[in-house]
Amino acid sequence: MSFEWPWQYNFPPFFTLQPNVDTRQKQLAAWCSLALSYCRHHKLYTLDVLEAQESPVFNNKKIERKLSMEAIQVVFEELRKKGNLEWLDKNKSRCLVMWRRPEEWGKLIYQWISKNGMVNSVFTLYELINGDDTEGEEFHGLEEWMLLRSLQALQTEGKAEVFSMDDGKGVKFF
Amino acid sequence: MDRFSWSSGLLEINETLVIQQRGVRLYDGDDKAKLDVGAALLSTHRLIWRDVKNHECCLAMPLSQIIYFEEQAAGIGKSAKIIIYLHPTPANKEPGPYQHSKYSYIKLSFKEHGQIEFYRRLTEEMTQKRWESTPVSQPIPTGSATQTGKTRAVGIVGIERKIEERRKETDKNISEAFEDLSKLMVKAKEMVELSRSIANKIKDKQGDITEDETIRFKSYLLSMGIANPVTRETHGSGTHYHLQLAKQLGDMLQAPLEERGGMMALTEVYCLVNRARGMELLSPEDLLNACKMFESLKLPVRMRVFDSGVMVVQLQSHSEEEMIASALDSVTDKGSLTAEEFAKLLGLSVLLSKERLLLAEKMGHLCRDDSVEGLRFYPNLFE
Repeated sequence: MSFEWPWQYNFPPFFTLQPNVDTRQKQLAAWCSLALSYCRHHKLYTLDVLEAQESPVFNNKKIERKLSMEAIQVVFEELRKKGNLEWLDKNKSRCLVMWRRPEEWGKLIYQWISKNGMVNSVFTLYELINGDDTEGEEFHGLEEWMLLRSLQALQTEGKAEVFSMDDGKGVKFF
Repeated sequence: MDRFSWSSGLLEINETLVIQQRGVRLYDGDDKAKLDVGAALLSTHRLIWRDVKNHECCLAMPLSQIIYFEEQAAGIGKSAKIIIYLHPTPANKEPGPYQHSKYSYIKLSFKEHGQIEFYRRLTEEMTQKRWESTPVSQPIPTGSATQTGKTRAVGIVGIERKIEERRKETDKNISEAFEDLSKLMVKAKEMVELSRSIANKIKDKQGDITEDETIRFKSYLLSMGIANPVTRETHGSGTHYHLQLAKQLGDMLQAPLEERGGMMALTEVYCLVNRARGMELLSPEDLLNACKMFESLKLPVRMRVFDSGVMVVQLQSHSEEEMIASALDSVTDKGSLTAEEFAKLLGLSVLLSKERLLLAEKMGHLCRDDSVEGLRFYPNLFE
C-alpha cells in the first residue's frame, strides 16, 4: 500500500512557515500529522534532521517546494512538545520519533495480553516483538527501546513489571 | 616616498586619467611603505595612489618628478614591480606621508598584475609629456617650478586650510545645483499664470467649445494648479495652518482617491498636491501634519499607517472589510497572486496592493508561499 499524501502536501503555502499565528498553528498541526503518519507508514523510529530535509516528506519535488531547515526544526519542536519526539543529541541533529507515545503502545500491548488471557504470564522482550504469537499485531517488529518505554509506562500504572534476565529483559503482566 | 603629497584624489581640469590598477603596494626604496594595498592611478600629469578601503588616504606625485623607471620581473613569492627613480624633493612640496626618505626611488608592486599595461602607458606619458603642453589650472608644484607666492602651511594649519577649501568647493557645488531649481521655479510661476489665463479664456468663450472639451480642459488645469493654495503666508503657521490645509486637502483628494480605488500612498499624495500647488510647495512635514488632522475634522478622507510603516490616505467610506474581501476574491479567482499581479489587476501601486494582501493575510483569509519565485498569496485553505 503506497503512502497517501494529505491535500496540503500539494499546496505550495504548506512549505512556507506562515506568519499568521492561527494559520501557523493549523499548518503545524498538519505537518505533525503528516510527519507522524509518514514515519508510521515506513516504520521509522529515528530521524536525522539533515536527511529529513531531503526526504520526500519535507521536499515535494513535484511542486518544487521544500520546507526550510528552520521550519523543520519548528515542526520537530512542536512534535517534541506533543511528546512524539525526543532529541538524541544536544545539537538536535538526530531524534527518536514516536508516532505512538509509549503510553499508547503500552495500552495496545496490554489489550492484546488481556484479550488472549495471558495476564500473570512472563514474556521476554524478544518474544513480544518477534515471536510468532504477536505476528500481525501492530507492535510486532517494534524497536526494543520503544517496547521498553511502553512497558515502563505500563509499570508505572502497575500493570506490568520489567526485570532483567540472563540475556536480556523480561516482563510480567498483571 | 617623500616625493608624494597628500591629495584629494580629484583630477584637475585639464588632467585625464590614463590607467588605473588595483592591488598595488608602494615601496619606499627597498622597504615596504607603511601603507596598505591600494589602487595606482596614472593621469596625464600625476602618479596617484589611493588606499583601497579608505579613499581619504590618497597620495599624488607629479610625473615631472620622475627621472626614469624600469621593470622588475616577478619571482617566486614576489610580485612584478616597477622601480621609479625620482628627482630630489622640491622645496615647496605639500606635506605627504613621509617627511624624509633615504631612498631616491620608489617601487610599485603589482599584487593583482597589470604591470605590463601600466608600464606601457607610463612610458607613453613620459615620452608625450602632456603635463607640459596642457598645464593644469593650478600648477602642481614640480621640481623645477619656482616657489608660488602663497605660503604653504604644514601640520594642523594645513589640514584646516584644506578642510576650509573643501567646504567652499561644496558650497559652490550646492549653489550651482540649486541654480537650476530656481530657474524652474520662475518657469513654474509662468506655467501657473498660463493655466490661469487659459481658465479665464474658457470662461469667456463658453459655448464656443463643446461641454466635453471644457470639462477635459478643466481637469487638466486642475491637475496643474489650485487657484489659491493655503500657504503659511495666508494662514500663519502652526495648528491653524495645518487645519486649513487639511480641509483643502480633503476637498482636492476626494476625486483622485475615487479614481484610484479609494487609497493612495502618502508619497503619491505629496507629488499630486505639490504638482497642483505649483509655486507654493508643501513640505512633507506639513503634509503629514495636515493629514493627521483629517480624523478630528471629520473629513471624508483619512490617513492610515500600515504595520509595515507605509502611510496612505484613504476615503473614509473605503472600509477595511471590503478591501480584504476584494483581495480574497481576486486571489480566489486567480488561484494565487503576487503583489505585482494584484497591482496590475487593480491598477494600484505594488506597494499598496502588497499592503492589502498582507492585511488579508493578517486577518487569516490568505496565506503565503515564499519561494525562489517570489512571494505569492493563496486563499487560506488551512482553515
